[in-house]
Amino acid sequence: MDNIAIQADKLTKRFDDFTAVDAITFDVRQGEIFGFVGANGAGKTTAMRILCGLSRPTSGAATVAGFDVYKEAEKIKKNIGYMSQKFSLYEDLTVMENITFYAGIYGLSDREIKERGAKLLDRLGITHEAKTYVASLPLGWRQKLSFSVAVIHQPKIVFLDEPTGGVDPVTRRQFWDLIYEAADSGITVFVTTHYMDEAEYCNRVSVMVDGRIDALDTPSNLKKQFNVDSMNKVFYQLAREAKRSGD
Amino acid sequence: MKQFFAFIRKEFYHVFRDKKTLLMLFGVPIAQVLLFGFVLTNEIKNSKIVVCDYAKDYASQEVIRKIEASRYFNVQKASMSHDQIEAAFRTGEIKMAVIFPADFYSDLSHLNKAQIQVIADASDPNTATTLTSYLSSILNDFQTEMISTGKVPYTIKPEVRMLYNPELLGAPNFVPGVMALVLMLICAMMTSVAIVKEKEMGTMEVLLVSPLKPYLIIIAKTVPYLLISLLNLTAILLMSVYLLDLAIKGSIVLLFAESTLFIISSLALGLLISVRAESQMSAMMTSQMSLMLPTMLLTGFMFPIENMPVAMQVVSYLIPSHYYYVIVKAVMLEGLGFASIWRETLIMAFITLVLVGINIRSFKTRLA
Repeated sequence: MDNIAIQADKLTKRFDDFTAVDAITFDVRQGEIFGFVGANGAGKTTAMRILCGLSRPTSGAATVAGFDVYKEAEKIKKNIGYMSQKFSLYEDLTVMENITFYAGIYGLSDREIKERGAKLLDRLGITHEAKTYVASLPLGWRQKLSFSVAVIHQPKIVFLDEPTGGVDPVTRRQFWDLIYEAADSGITVFVTTHYMDEAEYCNRVSVMVDGRIDALDTPSNLKKQFNVDSMNKVFYQLAREAKRSGD
Repeated sequence: MKQFFAFIRKEFYHVFRDKKTLLMLFGVPIAQVLLFGFVLTNEIKNSKIVVCDYAKDYASQEVIRKIEASRYFNVQKASMSHDQIEAAFRTGEIKMAVIFPADFYSDLSHLNKAQIQVIADASDPNTATTLTSYLSSILNDFQTEMISTGKVPYTIKPEVRMLYNPELLGAPNFVPGVMALVLMLICAMMTSVAIVKEKEMGTMEVLLVSPLKPYLIIIAKTVPYLLISLLNLTAILLMSVYLLDLAIKGSIVLLFAESTLFIISSLALGLLISVRAESQMSAMMTSQMSLMLPTMLLTGFMFPIENMPVAMQVVSYLIPSHYYYVIVKAVMLEGLGFASIWRETLIMAFITLVLVGINIRSFKTRLA
């Protein structure tokens, strides 16, 4: 059980009579890049919010980094990083101030902040932009910075909620290089997306339809199972049966 | 604790980097004090007044001569009817009317007391008070002279009627009002906008996922505004003492303690708004409609509460700024101590507690 990063068992979230997440069950192994795909409104974000401790499940069980989502939300929070689909840096702060702030609220020491901050800037090749306001950075850079900031405290798991919305394929590819580096260093990556080319990059993918997980396997196995040549087609076959329309 | 300070530092960056916020935080209070102060506290000279002398006797002539000699008045003698005087007030021709009744001197000599009627245009309350006090001192002069010439001590009782604004609200009263307004503005409005901004930008989620406790996030968001409010309070007090010559009669410590209580209640109101508002715009509108306007209109700062319809009076008793206004007036202008304002303090503390309670509850349900 040691190498299980996330475990969900019949996890369910209902809002009044609407079941956003319908008894989903899955395991995520440590160091894995786990993709969560689905149409808008399929329940991806809600599921992720539960795992991050932002929302309480209605029923079912789940552990994140070995901690229970009902009782140990505080411990979970210390062990995860999070990047939301909205842009999560402060535009009126400089690049370095953003790094310092996020590293600061995770309790990193001044020395660690300085060292890791310098390394991060160097890795992204924006050392000369340390004092630039984030507002004047191009979107692609901001997203890469955003991701790097989300893992600056070296969490066990990082949750990425549609991290690459609105950027070009080249930047997206660079972004995925960062994700691979994080995974290589042992960080488990849990990523939601609706870009099917990104689904191909994941170790394993789960496809959500109407709050349920209708398929879960490696991209190549899924393609074999549905007898198609791309994740795109896998997704179309599953999503056609969806009753909920996206918002 | 280190996390907490990292957060507060970030909040100060937000405040000091946004020119509009800065203007709101420091420009508005200063402008308000200066505007209210200088518009309402000019010295009055050569005011046109009308004197109707129905007595035309020795005493009335003597008083009128003294009034004419004063540099404050520009006297116009006439025997006008009440309606004519009223009309003259309405057109703004005159600021004050002094009427001597027909039997002024005989009353004075036989009854040892006489009355004159003084009508002032109190739509500008400061002018009205100043003019009537000038007149009273002239009458006092006259009486002292009469006594010193060996005659029986007379009393002339000016019967003063303040037209249009019997409450005489003016300069001294506006400072407590401005204080309530400014603190409300900074604490409630700016805080709610600052928090809603994080929601709108999506950074709030990232903060909630962090190990920082939610209540610490909220406290860290409010701390800069609390400090700035206290700074503003100090600035307003300094300006009223040194620019408006309005001395603080009571204890400054008490004043700051009560202000802190009010600030906390305003912060709680701001939080309440921020929980419900989805955009910065709606947070701003909500705080203006539900906090600023009531503070301005219903605390007694601009309009006397006694003259309001009962329903409005009831509403005014629910607003913390109402109590704060009463407290500041008592401490600052009347020099009263805690003994005379404990009731208001208690009510304000109670309202604050209720607000904080509601906030804690809604914060918990939001996470569910």
